[in-house]
Amino acid sequence: MEYLIGIQGPDFVLVAADNVAANSILQMKHDADKMFKLSEKILLLCVGEAGDTAQFAEYIQKNVQLYKMRNGYELSPSAAANFTRKNLADYLRSRTPYHVNLLLAGYDDTDGPGLYYMDYLSALAKAPFAAHGYGLRKRFILNLPSFTVRVIDKEGIHDLETLTSGPK
Amino acid sequence: MATRYDRAITVFSPDGHLFQVEYAQEAVKKGSTAVGIRGKDIVVLGVEKKSVAKLQEERTVRKICALDEHVCMYIFFNLFMFVQPFDISRVECQSHRLTVEDPVTVEYITRYIATLKQRYTQSNGRRPFGISALIVGFDDDGTPRLYQTDPSGTYHAWKANAIGRSAKTVREFLEKNYTDEAIAGDNETIKLAIKALLEVVQSGGKNIELAVIRRNQPLKILEAKEIETLVAEIEKEKEEEAEKKKQKKST
Repeated sequence: MEYLIGIQGPDFVLVAADNVAANSILQMKHDADKMFKLSEKILLLCVGEAGDTAQFAEYIQKNVQLYKMRNGYELSPSAAANFTRKNLADYLRSRTPYHVNLLLAGYDDTDGPGLYYMDYLSALAKAPFAAHGYGLRKRFILNLPSFTVRVIDKEGIHDLETLTSGPK
Repeated sequence: MATRYDRAITVFSPDGHLFQVEYAQEAVKKGSTAVGIRGKDIVVLGVEKKSVAKLQEERTVRKICALDEHVCMYIFFNLFMFVQPFDISRVECQSHRLTVEDPVTVEYITRYIATLKQRYTQSNGRRPFGISALIVGFDDDGTPRLYQTDPSGTYHAWKANAIGRSAKTVREFLEKNYTDEAIAGDNETIKLAIKALLEVVQSGGKNIELAVIRRNQPLKILEAKEIETLVAEIEKEKEEEAEKKKQKKST
């Protein structure tokens, strides 16, 4: 069970993702990073079908970089979100749809912080807070042991302390 | 007799020439001069800027472009469409990153562009790209690189090179002045490029466009003011040299 959460503040966006890469009941990795850096101030958080996640996210990542090389400036977070959605929508009705759930978090120098929720059916919604999955601690049968936390503000992307459950 | 064998690209002449390719190489020699210098921790591309018409916006004429964060290219073109090689190279840089998770080496992307150009010298119905390119950058291991491609599709690595109108003069200047001292520091390397261009550029610093890449830093295009400062320094050094020579003669 994978978990993503994003919270938009007045001048920042805070995002966290769990660190488990699982194969049925086995934990393959306990330090998986599910955040993909699209540009200096945009992060794409991606969970879903194994393989689809990295494949799709890296494809978007390289296309955002290509835009930067071609045009000399980076895509804004809303443009990147819409580009991602369009790609997901195009693949949805093909023989090879991507089964991924995404959060896109970014800081636009003019519009400020932004958080976008996208699901595998290519729905896109800009929201002040959003999540995918179950991140409950107390009332859930499983416990995700650790989470990577990052914040995006006008200076860029910053790593925060990894959150772990269990004795400190 | 050249006229009978120069129409189609795919026809050799009896004495072994591919005239279309040679004409393309002639076209390149007509362009504004450009110089590329490989330093120790920096690579420099300098171009003679054509003076723009009074009402024309200067910054829309850009011939030095970044291909990726660590590689940039200057293309000499005259009248022909030049956007394609830039764009194709940019896409290839990202595609390479996507498939092998590593940035391209300068040699790889040079080879890619050269292969593209060579294909156009061997298919019918197309003419060769009338383009020579200078490609500079740093490989992943930090080695600085300078490559030159020409319309026939060949490419070579250089320590310093020039293309365009007065390339021969500039190259001779570089052959005399490219020493370990001359490229000892970043500033010295930039000044060497400016000095080389000043040999052939008429009105001094105003007509020079300079781009530098330092190791692990993105492409930087120097502003007119910075170039003016460096040109002034070079003039001062020249005067000091002349003074010293005079004094030596008189003693």
